[in-house]
Amino acid sequence: MTDIRYVAPQTLDEAVGAYAAAGSAARILAGGTDLLVQMRSGAVKPGLIVDIKKIRELTAIDELSGGSFRVGAAVPGAVLAEHPRFGKVWPGVLESVNLIGSTQVQGRASAGGNLCNASPAGDSVPAMIAAGAVVTVQGPDGRRELDVEDVPAGPGRTNLKPGEILVSFTLPPRPPGSSDAYLRMIPRTEMDIAVVGCGVSLTLKGGVCTHARVGLGAVAPTALLIEPAAQALIGSRLDDAAINAAANACRAACRPIDDKRGTIAYRTQIAGVLLKRTAKIAAERAQGK
Amino acid sequence: MAKVHVTTTVNDEPLEFLCEPYETMLDALRNQLALTGSKEGCASGDCGACSITLDDRLVCSCLMLAAEAEGHEIRTIEGMARGGRLHPLQEKFLEQAALQCGICTSGMLVASEALLRKNPNPSEEEVRFWLAGNLCRCTGYDKIVRAVLETATEIREAAQ
Repeated sequence: MTDIRYVAPQTLDEAVGAYAAAGSAARILAGGTDLLVQMRSGAVKPGLIVDIKKIRELTAIDELSGGSFRVGAAVPGAVLAEHPRFGKVWPGVLESVNLIGSTQVQGRASAGGNLCNASPAGDSVPAMIAAGAVVTVQGPDGRRELDVEDVPAGPGRTNLKPGEILVSFTLPPRPPGSSDAYLRMIPRTEMDIAVVGCGVSLTLKGGVCTHARVGLGAVAPTALLIEPAAQALIGSRLDDAAINAAANACRAACRPIDDKRGTIAYRTQIAGVLLKRTAKIAAERAQGK
Repeated sequence: MAKVHVTTTVNDEPLEFLCEPYETMLDALRNQLALTGSKEGCASGDCGACSITLDDRLVCSCLMLAAEAEGHEIRTIEGMARGGRLHPLQEKFLEQAALQCGICTSGMLVASEALLRKNPNPSEEEVRFWLAGNLCRCTGYDKIVRAVLETATEIREAAQ
C-alpha cells in the first residue's frame, strides 16, 4: 500500500473538504468493519481515510422535541442499544442494527456504514426503510435529505454524490399505537447474512391499521420499499386476507439472485412468510403485548 | 509516506507510537508494542482472537486502525492479571481446562471480562450469545461457557 493518509477531523466541514478533495480514492471510516476487511483483501486501496468518529453530529443520538429521533451515521450498534429510549420507540430498527455481527462488531459497526456499504442484504436497511427514515448528507454543495430507500443504487453503490458524507438518520415521530419489527431468514441461528430480511412499521387505531411501511432486503439489487404491501395492510384489521395480500405483494416485488444462500424461488417464497411473521410481531408490539 | 503519531493509553500505561496510516491496532500491538497476547486468527473480524477493549467496549483489534487509538484507552489480555495475580477468569479457565491450543484464549478472556463487567449475572444463553464472535476449534465451548458462569458466581459471592 502506498500513499495512504489518515485524517480524523473534528468538524463535518473539514471532513467534507478533505473527502471531496481526495476524490474517488478516499474512503469514509466509521466502524471500519467493512472497510478494513476490504482493505485487507485488497479490494479497496484508499488514498485517504477520513475517520468521522470525532464529529459530534455523526456519533450522537438525539430525541428531538417533536418526538423524532436523529441518529448519527457512525453510532455503533452497541451504543444505540444502550440508549434508554430508542429501542422502546423503534424496537424493529434496533433489532435490525443489533443483528449485525458479533458483540465485537456491534462495538463498532453503524447503521450509516451498513447503508453506505450498500450490500443488498444489509440488515438495518429494510428496517430503516420501514421506519420511514430520512438521511441527511453533506457534501461540497451543502446539505440535502434523501429517503433512506433512495440511498442504495446497487450492490456496493450509493446515490451519494462525490464528496458527500452520510451524516444522520432522522426517524419520524411515532403516534400512539405504533411499533415496528425486523426479521431475517438465515440458515444458522446467528452471525450470518440475510437470505431475506423484512422490516414492518405500522400504526393501529382501534385495531385498524392506519399507517404501514414495509421494507425488504436481499431480494433485489437494493433493499426495497414495498408500497403495495403497505397498501394491503392499511385500512385492514390485519386479518388473514390483508396479511396474505401483503405477503403476495412482497413476493411480487422480489427480483432476487440465485446463490449459495438461497434460490430465486426460495427467497421469493420466504419474503412472503417473513412479511406475515414480521407484521404480526409489529402489531403485537403496537398493541403493547 | 508520513507515519501517524499516536498518543494513547494501553493497560493503564500512557504511551506513544508511530504507525502506518493503514496499520491495524492488532499489528501495532504485536509488532510495535510487543504485546503479542492478542492473536490474529482470521483478520476479518470473524474469530475474536484479537479482542481488546477500546474505552471499555469490546472490539476486534484487527478491524480497528492503530491511528484510531489516539486519545482513547486500550486494554489487552496483558492488562488482565493485576499485581502478579491472575484474574479470576484466568484462574477458572486453568482450573476447568477451558482451553486447549490457546489461540482463542486471550480473546475469550478479554470478551468474558467485558461481559461480566456489563452483566455480573449472565445466563448461559447470554454467555453464548456474547461469545458468539469468539471462535474455538478445540473445546466445543462448553468448558469455556462453564468457566465464565462459575467465575461470575464466585465473583458475586465474594462481593457479598
